[in-house]
Amino acid sequence: MPEETKIRVPAVEGFFTVDNEPHLIGGRYKKSGSYCFPKNLGGSDPNVSDDELEEVLLSRYGKIWSYTNSAYPPPPPFIASEPYEPIVIAAVELEEEKMVVLGQVANGYSVEDLSIGMSVEVDTGLLYEDSEHCYLTWMWRPLPEGSNKDKK
Amino acid sequence: MEDIAILGVGMHPWGKWGRNFVEYGTFAAKKALEDAQIEWNEIGFISGAITVRCGYPGYVAGSTMARALGFNGTQVASSYAACASGATALSVARGQILSGACDVALVVGADTTPDGFLSPNDGVRTDDTDWLRFHMVGATNPVYFGLHARRRMELYGATSEDFALVKVKNSKHAVFNENARFNKEYALEDVYSSPVVSDPLRLLEICTTSDGGAAVVVSSLDYARSVGVHDPVRISAIALNTPTYPDSLIDLPYLATDSSVAATPNEVGFKESIGKHVYEEASLGPEDVDVAEVYDLASSMELDWYEQLGFCKPGEAESLLRDGSTSIGGRIPVNPSGGLGAFGEAVPAQAIAQVCELNWQLSQKAGKRQVEGARVGITANQGLFGHGSSVLLRR
Repeated sequence: MPEETKIRVPAVEGFFTVDNEPHLIGGRYKKSGSYCFPKNLGGSDPNVSDDELEEVLLSRYGKIWSYTNSAYPPPPPFIASEPYEPIVIAAVELEEEKMVVLGQVANGYSVEDLSIGMSVEVDTGLLYEDSEHCYLTWMWRPLPEGSNKDKK
Repeated sequence: MEDIAILGVGMHPWGKWGRNFVEYGTFAAKKALEDAQIEWNEIGFISGAITVRCGYPGYVAGSTMARALGFNGTQVASSYAACASGATALSVARGQILSGACDVALVVGADTTPDGFLSPNDGVRTDDTDWLRFHMVGATNPVYFGLHARRRMELYGATSEDFALVKVKNSKHAVFNENARFNKEYALEDVYSSPVVSDPLRLLEICTTSDGGAAVVVSSLDYARSVGVHDPVRISAIALNTPTYPDSLIDLPYLATDSSVAATPNEVGFKESIGKHVYEEASLGPEDVDVAEVYDLASSMELDWYEQLGFCKPGEAESLLRDGSTSIGGRIPVNPSGGLGAFGEAVPAQAIAQVCELNWQLSQKAGKRQVEGARVGITANQGLFGHGSSVLLRR
Protein backbone atom coordinates (compact mmCIF):
# COMPACT_ATOMS: atom_id res chain seq x y z
CA MET A 1 0.00 0.00 0.00
CA PRO A 2 1.49 3.40 -0.89
CA GLU A 3 2.29 5.59 2.09
CA GLU A 4 -0.28 8.28 1.29
CA THR A 5 -3.18 5.81 1.46
CA LYS A 6 -2.05 4.15 4.68
CA ILE A 7 -3.97 4.86 7.86
CA ARG A 8 -2.16 7.34 10.10
CA VAL A 9 -2.35 6.37 13.77
CA PRO A 10 -0.39 7.32 16.88
CA ALA A 11 2.21 4.69 17.76
CA VAL A 12 0.71 4.83 21.27
CA GLU A 13 -2.71 6.38 21.90
CA GLY A 14 -3.21 9.28 24.26
CA PHE A 15 -0.07 11.38 23.78
CA PHE A 16 -1.12 13.74 21.00
CA THR A 17 -3.99 14.52 18.64
CA VAL A 18 -3.80 13.60 14.97
CA ASP A 19 -5.35 16.47 13.01
CA ASN A 20 -4.29 19.55 11.07
CA GLU A 21 -3.16 21.28 14.24
CA PRO A 22 -1.77 18.51 16.43
CA HIS A 23 -1.51 19.08 20.17
CA LEU A 24 0.23 17.17 22.92
CA ILE A 25 -2.30 15.74 25.37
CA GLY A 26 -1.31 16.55 28.92
CA GLY A 27 -2.81 16.65 32.36
CA ARG A 28 -3.76 19.71 34.40
CA TYR A 29 -4.49 19.72 38.10
CA LYS A 30 -7.73 21.68 38.55
CA LYS A 31 -6.88 23.42 41.82
CA SER A 32 -3.14 24.09 41.49
CA GLY A 33 -3.21 24.78 37.76
CA SER A 34 -0.06 22.68 37.32
CA TYR A 35 0.52 20.54 34.25
CA CYS A 36 2.08 17.18 33.46
CA PHE A 37 3.02 15.16 30.39
CA PRO A 38 2.12 12.47 29.63
CA LYS A 39 -1.17 12.85 31.46
CA ASN A 40 -1.39 9.31 32.80
CA LEU A 41 2.07 9.38 34.35
CA GLY A 42 1.46 12.54 36.35
CA GLY A 43 4.01 14.83 37.88
CA SER A 44 5.71 14.55 41.26
CA ASP A 45 3.76 17.30 43.06
CA PRO A 46 3.34 16.21 46.71
CA ASN A 47 0.40 18.58 47.22
CA VAL A 48 -2.15 17.23 44.78
CA SER A 49 -3.61 14.26 46.64
CA ASP A 50 -7.06 15.88 46.73
CA ASP A 51 -6.68 17.61 43.37
CA GLU A 52 -8.38 16.37 40.26
CA LEU A 53 -6.42 15.79 37.07
CA GLU A 54 -8.15 16.84 33.87
CA GLU A 55 -7.05 16.12 30.33
CA VAL A 56 -5.91 19.22 28.45
CA LEU A 57 -4.28 20.06 25.15
CA LEU A 58 -0.86 21.63 25.76
CA SER A 59 0.46 24.71 23.93
CA ARG A 60 1.37 24.04 20.32
CA TYR A 61 4.37 26.37 20.42
CA GLY A 62 7.53 26.49 22.46
CA LYS A 63 11.23 27.35 22.44
CA ILE A 64 14.15 24.95 22.21
CA TRP A 65 15.77 24.50 25.64
CA SER A 66 18.43 22.17 24.26
CA TYR A 67 18.94 19.71 21.43
CA THR A 68 21.04 16.74 20.37
CA ASN A 69 20.84 13.71 18.11
CA SER A 70 21.32 9.97 18.10
CA ALA A 71 23.95 9.20 15.53
CA TYR A 72 23.52 5.48 16.16
CA PRO A 73 20.16 3.71 15.95
CA PRO A 74 18.54 3.53 19.40
CA PRO A 75 17.86 -0.04 20.58
CA PRO A 76 14.36 -1.60 20.86
CA PRO A 77 11.68 -0.72 21.75
CA PHE A 78 12.66 2.01 19.27
CA ILE A 79 12.03 0.83 15.72
CA ALA A 80 14.84 2.23 13.62
CA SER A 81 14.50 2.91 9.90
CA GLU A 82 16.74 1.00 7.53
CA PRO A 83 19.00 2.51 6.46
CA TYR A 84 19.05 4.49 9.68
CA GLU A 85 18.81 8.26 9.39
CA PRO A 86 20.12 9.87 12.60
CA ILE A 87 17.21 11.23 14.62
CA VAL A 88 17.40 14.72 16.09
CA ILE A 89 15.90 15.36 19.50
CA ALA A 90 14.95 18.60 21.22
CA ALA A 91 13.85 19.51 24.73
CA VAL A 92 11.33 22.30 24.33
CA GLU A 93 10.18 24.81 26.91
CA LEU A 94 6.44 25.54 26.94
CA GLU A 95 5.94 29.01 28.31
CA GLU A 96 2.42 28.72 29.65
CA GLU A 97 2.91 25.28 31.16
CA LYS A 98 6.39 26.16 32.51
CA MET A 99 7.71 22.75 31.64
CA VAL A 100 10.19 21.19 29.21
CA VAL A 101 9.01 18.40 26.92
CA LEU A 102 11.24 16.04 24.96
CA GLY A 103 10.55 15.01 21.39
CA GLN A 104 12.06 14.22 18.03
CA VAL A 105 12.61 17.10 15.67
CA ALA A 106 10.68 16.90 12.38
CA ASN A 107 12.40 14.98 9.61
CA GLY A 108 14.79 16.92 7.43
CA TYR A 109 16.47 18.96 10.17
CA SER A 110 19.94 18.34 11.58
CA VAL A 111 21.53 19.71 14.75
CA GLU A 112 23.27 22.35 12.62
CA ASP A 113 19.86 23.82 11.80
CA LEU A 114 18.93 24.29 15.46
CA SER A 115 19.76 26.74 18.22
CA ILE A 116 18.70 27.20 21.81
CA GLY A 117 15.77 29.61 22.01
CA MET A 118 14.49 28.75 18.53
CA SER A 119 10.68 28.68 18.16
CA VAL A 120 9.08 25.38 17.30
CA GLU A 121 5.58 23.96 16.91
CA VAL A 122 4.20 20.51 17.57
CA ASP A 123 3.72 18.35 14.53
CA THR A 124 3.34 14.65 13.95
CA GLY A 125 5.74 12.51 11.98
CA LEU A 126 6.40 8.94 10.96
CA LEU A 127 7.94 6.72 13.62
CA TYR A 128 7.59 3.41 11.71
CA GLU A 129 5.12 1.72 9.36
CA ASP A 130 3.68 -1.60 8.32
CA SER A 131 1.72 -2.59 5.19
CA GLU A 132 -1.43 -0.73 6.26
CA HIS A 133 -0.50 1.86 8.85
CA CYS A 134 1.81 4.77 9.41
CA TYR A 135 2.62 4.89 13.14
CA LEU A 136 3.17 8.45 14.27
CA THR A 137 4.84 10.25 17.12
CA TRP A 138 4.94 13.93 18.08
CA MET A 139 7.75 15.98 16.61
CA TRP A 140 9.01 19.54 17.07
CA ARG A 141 9.04 21.53 13.84
CA PRO A 142 11.22 24.67 13.74
CA LEU A 143 9.30 27.79 12.74
CA PRO A 144 10.58 30.34 10.26
CA GLU A 145 12.37 33.21 11.99
CA GLY A 146 10.05 36.09 12.86
CA SER A 147 7.01 33.84 12.75
CA ASN A 148 4.19 35.32 14.81
CA LYS A 149 3.01 31.88 15.86
CA ASP A 150 5.52 31.68 18.69
CA LYS A 151 3.55 34.28 20.61
CA LYS A 152 0.43 32.13 20.77
CA MET B 1 24.88 10.04 62.94
CA GLU B 2 27.84 7.93 64.01
CA ASP B 3 30.56 6.93 61.58
CA ILE B 4 31.16 3.36 60.50
CA ALA B 5 34.56 1.88 59.67
CA ILE B 6 35.78 0.45 56.39
CA LEU B 7 37.76 -2.69 57.23
CA GLY B 8 38.49 -3.85 53.72
CA VAL B 9 37.71 -3.36 50.03
CA GLY B 10 38.04 -5.50 46.92
CA MET B 11 37.35 -5.34 43.21
CA HIS B 12 37.27 -7.62 40.21
CA PRO B 13 38.89 -5.77 37.30
CA TRP B 14 36.41 -4.12 34.92
CA GLY B 15 36.27 -5.45 31.36
CA LYS B 16 34.08 -7.27 28.92
CA TRP B 17 34.78 -10.71 30.29
CA GLY B 18 31.41 -12.28 29.43
CA ARG B 19 31.35 -14.52 32.50
CA ASN B 20 28.70 -14.93 35.21
CA PHE B 21 28.33 -11.82 37.37
CA VAL B 22 28.45 -14.03 40.47
CA GLU B 23 32.07 -14.81 39.67
CA TYR B 24 33.03 -11.11 39.74
CA GLY B 25 31.04 -10.51 42.91
CA THR B 26 32.53 -13.36 44.89
CA PHE B 27 36.03 -12.51 43.62
CA ALA B 28 35.60 -8.93 44.90
CA ALA B 29 33.99 -10.12 48.16
CA LYS B 30 36.85 -12.52 48.90
CA LYS B 31 39.37 -9.75 48.19
CA ALA B 32 37.53 -7.41 50.57
CA LEU B 33 37.37 -10.08 53.29
CA GLU B 34 41.06 -10.80 52.82
CA ASP B 35 41.85 -7.07 52.95
CA ALA B 36 39.81 -6.82 56.17
CA GLN B 37 41.32 -10.00 57.57
CA ILE B 38 37.79 -11.13 58.40
CA GLU B 39 36.38 -14.60 57.78
CA TRP B 40 33.14 -14.89 55.80
CA ASN B 41 31.55 -16.63 58.80
CA GLU B 42 32.10 -13.51 60.94
CA ILE B 43 29.95 -11.36 58.61
CA GLY B 44 26.62 -10.64 60.29
CA PHE B 45 24.89 -9.12 57.29
CA ILE B 46 25.40 -9.26 53.52
CA SER B 47 24.01 -6.37 51.50
CA GLY B 48 23.73 -7.04 47.77
CA ALA B 49 23.32 -4.46 45.01
CA ILE B 50 20.91 -5.80 42.40
CA THR B 51 21.52 -6.23 38.67
CA VAL B 52 18.44 -6.36 36.42
CA ARG B 53 20.37 -7.76 33.46
CA CYS B 54 21.31 -11.21 34.74
CA GLY B 55 17.93 -12.82 35.43
CA TYR B 56 16.49 -13.84 38.78
CA PRO B 57 19.87 -14.43 40.46
CA GLY B 58 20.55 -10.73 39.84
CA TYR B 59 17.27 -9.64 41.50
CA VAL B 60 18.31 -11.44 44.67
CA ALA B 61 21.97 -10.46 44.41
CA GLY B 62 22.57 -10.58 48.17
CA SER B 63 21.49 -14.18 48.59
CA THR B 64 23.07 -15.18 45.27
CA MET B 65 26.42 -13.92 46.55
CA ALA B 66 25.79 -15.45 50.00
CA ARG B 67 25.18 -18.85 48.41
CA ALA B 68 28.30 -18.54 46.28
CA LEU B 69 30.33 -17.70 49.38
CA GLY B 70 28.58 -20.53 51.25
CA PHE B 71 25.20 -20.37 52.99
CA ASN B 72 25.87 -19.98 56.69
CA GLY B 73 22.67 -18.44 58.00
CA THR B 74 23.84 -14.82 57.79
CA GLN B 75 21.25 -12.02 57.42
CA VAL B 76 20.76 -10.74 53.87
CA ALA B 77 19.11 -7.96 51.84
CA SER B 78 19.26 -6.80 48.23
CA SER B 79 18.81 -3.25 46.97
CA TYR B 80 18.06 -1.68 43.61
CA ALA B 81 18.36 2.03 42.82
CA ALA B 82 19.68 1.97 39.26
CA CYS B 83 23.19 3.50 39.24
CA ALA B 84 22.85 4.35 42.93
CA SER B 85 22.26 0.68 43.90
CA GLY B 86 25.70 0.23 45.43
CA ALA B 87 25.32 3.28 47.67
CA THR B 88 21.86 2.08 48.69
CA ALA B 89 23.25 -1.34 49.63
CA LEU B 90 25.95 0.43 51.64
CA SER B 91 23.34 2.54 53.40
CA VAL B 92 21.31 -0.54 54.29
CA ALA B 93 24.43 -2.09 55.81
CA ARG B 94 25.15 1.10 57.74
CA GLY B 95 21.62 1.03 59.15
CA GLN B 96 22.10 -2.54 60.32
CA ILE B 97 25.39 -1.64 62.00
CA LEU B 98 24.26 1.58 63.66
CA SER B 99 21.04 -0.01 64.91
CA GLY B 100 23.11 -2.73 66.54
CA ALA B 101 21.59 -5.50 64.42
CA CYS B 102 25.07 -6.53 63.34
CA ASP B 103 28.70 -5.56 63.97
CA VAL B 104 30.24 -6.20 60.59
CA ALA B 105 28.69 -6.35 57.12
CA LEU B 106 29.72 -7.18 53.58
CA VAL B 107 28.43 -4.98 50.72
CA VAL B 108 28.79 -6.38 47.22
CA GLY B 109 27.68 -5.56 43.68
CA ALA B 110 28.58 -7.09 40.33
CA ASP B 111 27.29 -7.09 36.77
CA THR B 112 27.63 -8.74 33.40
CA THR B 113 26.44 -6.26 30.77
CA PRO B 114 25.25 -6.58 27.19
CA ASP B 115 26.96 -4.67 24.36
CA GLY B 116 25.65 -1.34 23.15
CA PHE B 117 23.09 0.98 24.67
CA LEU B 118 21.40 0.05 27.93
CA SER B 119 17.72 -0.44 27.08
CA PRO B 120 14.46 -1.48 28.75
CA ASN B 121 13.50 -5.08 29.34
CA ASP B 122 11.50 -6.79 26.58
CA GLY B 123 7.76 -6.30 26.35
CA VAL B 124 5.31 -3.50 25.59
CA ARG B 125 4.62 -1.14 28.51
CA THR B 126 2.86 2.02 27.39
CA ASP B 127 2.62 3.22 31.01
CA ASP B 128 6.38 2.95 31.63
CA THR B 129 8.24 6.18 30.96
CA ASP B 130 11.48 4.26 30.41
CA TRP B 131 9.83 2.19 27.66
CA LEU B 132 8.11 5.23 26.20
CA ARG B 133 11.24 7.37 25.92
CA PHE B 134 12.86 4.70 23.76
CA HIS B 135 9.79 3.80 21.71
CA MET B 136 8.24 7.23 21.08
CA VAL B 137 11.35 9.45 21.00
CA GLY B 138 14.45 7.25 20.65
CA ALA B 139 15.89 8.98 23.70
CA THR B 140 18.81 6.79 24.78
CA ASN B 141 20.87 7.70 27.84
CA PRO B 142 23.48 9.58 25.74
CA VAL B 143 20.65 11.72 24.32
CA TYR B 144 20.07 13.18 27.78
CA PHE B 145 23.83 13.64 28.27
CA GLY B 146 23.98 15.46 24.93
CA LEU B 147 21.10 17.77 25.85
CA HIS B 148 22.84 18.83 29.06
CA ALA B 149 26.23 19.20 27.36
CA ARG B 150 24.70 21.51 24.73
CA ARG B 151 22.98 23.46 27.48
CA ARG B 152 26.33 23.86 29.28
CA MET B 153 27.84 25.28 26.09
CA GLU B 154 24.99 27.77 25.85
CA LEU B 155 25.01 28.82 29.50
CA TYR B 156 28.73 28.90 30.26
CA GLY B 157 30.48 28.90 26.92
CA ALA B 158 31.86 25.40 27.40
CA THR B 159 33.49 23.98 24.28
CA SER B 160 33.97 20.55 22.78
CA GLU B 161 37.61 20.91 23.78
CA ASP B 162 36.62 21.30 27.45
CA PHE B 163 34.62 18.08 27.29
CA ALA B 164 37.44 16.26 25.51
CA LEU B 165 39.98 17.49 28.08
CA VAL B 166 38.00 15.72 30.83
CA LYS B 167 38.53 12.46 28.96
CA VAL B 168 42.22 13.23 28.43
CA LYS B 169 42.74 14.00 32.14
CA ASN B 170 40.93 10.90 33.40
CA SER B 171 42.70 8.63 30.93
CA LYS B 172 46.03 9.81 32.41
CA HIS B 173 44.79 8.77 35.85
CA ALA B 174 43.61 5.38 34.60
CA VAL B 175 47.02 4.43 33.25
CA PHE B 176 47.93 3.57 36.86
CA ASN B 177 44.77 1.65 37.72
CA GLU B 178 44.90 -2.11 37.16
CA ASN B 179 41.15 -2.39 37.86
CA ALA B 180 40.19 0.03 35.06
CA ARG B 181 39.09 -1.43 31.74
CA PHE B 182 40.90 1.16 29.62
CA ASN B 183 44.48 2.01 30.65
CA LYS B 184 45.36 3.90 27.51
CA GLU B 185 46.28 7.56 27.71
CA TYR B 186 44.19 9.47 25.17
CA ALA B 187 45.12 12.73 23.46
CA LEU B 188 42.68 15.40 22.29
CA GLU B 189 43.06 14.14 18.70
CA ASP B 190 41.95 10.65 19.78
CA VAL B 191 38.75 12.09 21.22
CA TYR B 192 38.10 14.26 18.17
CA SER B 193 38.58 11.34 15.81
CA SER B 194 36.03 9.19 17.63
CA PRO B 195 32.52 9.39 16.13
CA VAL B 196 29.77 11.60 17.51
CA VAL B 197 27.20 9.60 19.48
CA SER B 198 24.88 12.36 20.68
CA ASP B 199 25.98 15.80 19.57
CA PRO B 200 28.21 17.37 20.93
CA LEU B 201 29.46 14.22 22.68
CA ARG B 202 31.74 11.67 21.06
CA LEU B 203 32.20 7.96 21.62
CA LEU B 204 35.29 8.38 23.80
CA GLU B 205 33.39 10.84 26.03
CA ILE B 206 30.49 8.53 26.83
CA CYS B 207 30.85 5.74 29.31
CA THR B 208 30.40 2.24 27.96
CA THR B 209 28.95 -0.77 29.77
CA SER B 210 31.33 -3.17 31.47
CA ASP B 211 31.52 -6.32 33.56
CA GLY B 212 32.96 -5.90 37.02
CA GLY B 213 32.49 -6.41 40.73
CA ALA B 214 33.24 -4.45 43.90
CA ALA B 215 32.86 -5.16 47.61
CA VAL B 216 33.39 -3.40 50.93
CA VAL B 217 33.56 -4.79 54.49
CA VAL B 218 32.16 -2.25 56.97
CA SER B 219 31.75 -2.39 60.73
CA SER B 220 30.99 -0.38 63.83
CA LEU B 221 33.93 1.62 65.21
CA ASP B 222 33.80 -0.57 68.33
CA TYR B 223 34.12 -3.72 66.26
CA ALA B 224 37.00 -2.17 64.32
CA ARG B 225 38.83 -1.47 67.60
CA SER B 226 38.12 -5.02 68.80
CA VAL B 227 40.00 -6.39 65.80
CA GLY B 228 42.86 -3.97 66.30
CA VAL B 229 41.90 -1.30 63.75
CA HIS B 230 42.16 2.03 65.56
CA ASP B 231 42.43 4.51 62.69
CA PRO B 232 40.16 3.18 59.93
CA VAL B 233 38.86 5.09 56.93
CA ARG B 234 35.36 5.98 58.09
CA ILE B 235 32.10 6.56 56.29
CA SER B 236 30.72 9.75 57.81
CA ALA B 237 27.70 10.34 55.62
CA ILE B 238 25.56 8.78 52.91
CA ALA B 239 22.97 10.59 50.78
CA LEU B 240 20.18 8.78 48.95
CA ASN B 241 18.23 11.81 47.74
CA THR B 242 15.10 12.04 45.66
CA PRO B 243 14.44 15.29 43.78
CA THR B 244 12.20 18.04 45.15
CA TYR B 245 9.05 19.11 43.28
CA PRO B 246 9.09 20.87 40.90
CA ASP B 247 12.22 19.39 39.30
CA SER B 248 12.77 21.72 36.35
CA LEU B 249 15.69 19.90 34.74
CA ILE B 250 14.81 17.26 32.15
CA ASP B 251 16.46 13.99 33.10
CA LEU B 252 16.31 10.36 32.16
CA PRO B 253 13.98 8.51 31.87
CA TYR B 254 11.30 11.21 31.73
CA LEU B 255 9.56 12.71 28.71
CA ALA B 256 9.00 16.04 30.45
CA THR B 257 10.01 18.02 33.51
CA ASP B 258 7.64 18.93 36.28
CA SER B 259 5.65 22.09 35.60
CA SER B 260 6.70 25.15 37.60
CA VAL B 261 3.25 26.76 37.33
CA ALA B 262 2.12 26.07 40.89
CA ALA B 263 5.49 26.10 42.68
CA THR B 264 8.92 27.62 42.18
CA PRO B 265 11.84 25.23 41.70
CA ASN B 266 14.01 24.85 44.79
CA GLU B 267 17.09 27.06 44.79
CA VAL B 268 19.15 23.95 45.48
CA GLY B 269 18.82 21.68 42.45
CA PHE B 270 18.55 17.90 42.66
CA LYS B 271 22.22 17.10 42.12
CA GLU B 272 23.33 19.97 44.37
CA SER B 273 21.07 18.55 47.10
CA ILE B 274 22.99 15.27 47.06
CA GLY B 275 26.29 16.87 48.08
CA LYS B 276 24.55 19.24 50.47
CA HIS B 277 23.07 16.27 52.31
CA VAL B 278 26.40 14.58 53.01
CA TYR B 279 28.16 17.83 53.87
CA GLU B 280 25.50 18.56 56.48
CA GLU B 281 25.48 15.02 57.83
CA ALA B 282 29.29 15.06 58.20
CA SER B 283 29.46 18.70 59.36
CA LEU B 284 31.94 19.40 56.58
CA GLY B 285 31.93 21.55 53.46
CA PRO B 286 33.31 21.42 49.93
CA GLU B 287 36.43 23.25 51.13
CA ASP B 288 37.30 20.22 53.30
CA VAL B 289 37.28 17.74 50.42
CA ASP B 290 40.66 16.48 49.18
CA VAL B 291 39.53 14.02 46.49
CA ALA B 292 36.32 13.10 44.65
CA GLU B 293 34.97 10.24 42.57
CA VAL B 294 32.05 11.49 40.48
CA TYR B 295 29.71 9.90 37.95
CA ASP B 296 31.10 10.91 34.56
CA LEU B 297 28.57 9.02 32.47
CA ALA B 298 29.66 11.63 29.93
CA SER B 299 32.74 13.87 30.10
CA SER B 300 30.53 16.97 30.29
CA MET B 301 28.80 15.65 33.41
CA GLU B 302 32.07 15.65 35.34
CA LEU B 303 32.18 19.43 34.87
CA ASP B 304 28.59 19.71 36.17
CA TRP B 305 29.59 17.80 39.32
CA TYR B 306 32.44 20.25 40.12
CA GLU B 307 29.76 22.89 40.56
CA GLN B 308 27.07 20.67 42.03
CA LEU B 309 29.46 19.49 44.75
CA GLY B 310 30.58 23.07 45.45
CA PHE B 311 34.22 22.83 44.27
CA CYS B 312 33.60 26.01 42.27
CA LYS B 313 30.78 28.36 41.31
CA PRO B 314 28.47 27.65 38.36
CA GLY B 315 30.29 28.40 35.14
CA GLU B 316 33.78 27.97 36.62
CA ALA B 317 34.23 24.24 36.08
CA GLU B 318 36.07 24.66 32.79
CA SER B 319 38.69 26.88 34.49
CA LEU B 320 39.07 24.38 37.32
CA LEU B 321 39.72 21.63 34.79
CA ARG B 322 42.06 23.67 32.62
CA ASP B 323 44.23 24.98 35.47
CA GLY B 324 44.89 21.41 36.61
CA SER B 325 43.01 21.66 39.90
CA THR B 326 41.13 18.43 39.24
CA SER B 327 44.14 16.43 38.06
CA ILE B 328 46.19 14.33 40.48
CA GLY B 329 48.60 16.85 42.00
CA GLY B 330 46.01 19.64 41.82
CA ARG B 331 43.92 21.24 44.55
CA ILE B 332 40.93 18.89 44.30
CA PRO B 333 41.66 15.83 42.14
CA VAL B 334 38.51 14.34 40.61
CA ASN B 335 38.27 10.76 39.41
CA PRO B 336 41.81 9.65 40.26
CA SER B 337 40.59 6.11 39.45
CA GLY B 338 40.01 7.17 35.85
CA GLY B 339 36.26 7.41 36.45
CA LEU B 340 33.52 5.83 34.40
CA GLY B 341 35.26 6.89 31.22
CA ALA B 342 38.04 4.43 32.02
CA PHE B 343 35.88 1.79 33.68
CA GLY B 344 32.63 1.65 31.76
CA GLU B 345 29.62 1.16 33.93
CA ALA B 346 28.93 -2.07 35.82
CA VAL B 347 25.76 -0.60 37.31
CA PRO B 348 25.40 -2.25 40.76
CA ALA B 349 29.15 -2.29 41.35
CA GLN B 350 29.94 1.26 40.34
CA ALA B 351 28.99 3.22 43.46
CA ILE B 352 30.82 0.60 45.56
CA ALA B 353 33.89 0.91 43.31
CA GLN B 354 33.91 4.66 44.01
CA VAL B 355 34.09 3.86 47.74
CA CYS B 356 36.90 1.33 47.12
CA GLU B 357 38.94 3.99 45.33
CA LEU B 358 38.46 6.59 48.04
CA ASN B 359 39.34 4.02 50.70
CA TRP B 360 42.64 3.39 48.92
CA GLN B 361 43.21 7.12 48.54
CA LEU B 362 42.52 7.92 52.21
CA SER B 363 44.63 5.00 53.43
CA GLN B 364 47.52 6.08 51.15
CA LYS B 365 47.39 2.81 49.21
CA ALA B 366 46.60 4.22 45.75
CA GLY B 367 50.12 3.76 44.38
CA LYS B 368 51.02 5.97 41.43
CA ARG B 369 47.61 7.64 41.40
CA GLN B 370 47.84 8.64 45.09
CA VAL B 371 46.42 12.04 46.02
CA GLU B 372 48.98 13.19 48.57
CA GLY B 373 47.69 13.68 52.08
CA ALA B 374 44.05 13.00 51.20
CA ARG B 375 41.92 12.78 54.35
CA VAL B 376 38.40 13.59 53.12
CA GLY B 377 36.79 12.16 50.00
CA ILE B 378 33.35 12.39 48.42
CA THR B 379 31.56 10.27 45.83
CA ALA B 380 28.63 11.41 43.70
CA ASN B 381 26.35 9.36 41.61
CA GLN B 382 22.94 9.50 40.01
CA GLY B 383 20.61 6.74 38.97
CA LEU B 384 17.55 7.17 36.78
CA PHE B 385 14.04 7.51 38.23
CA GLY B 386 15.19 10.07 40.82
CA HIS B 387 18.01 8.32 42.67
CA GLY B 388 20.93 10.45 43.74
CA SER B 389 23.65 9.20 46.01
CA SER B 390 26.82 10.39 47.65
CA VAL B 391 29.17 8.90 50.22
CA LEU B 392 31.52 10.97 52.32
CA LEU B 393 34.62 9.25 53.67
CA ARG B 394 37.27 10.59 56.01
CA ARG B 395 40.24 9.55 58.02
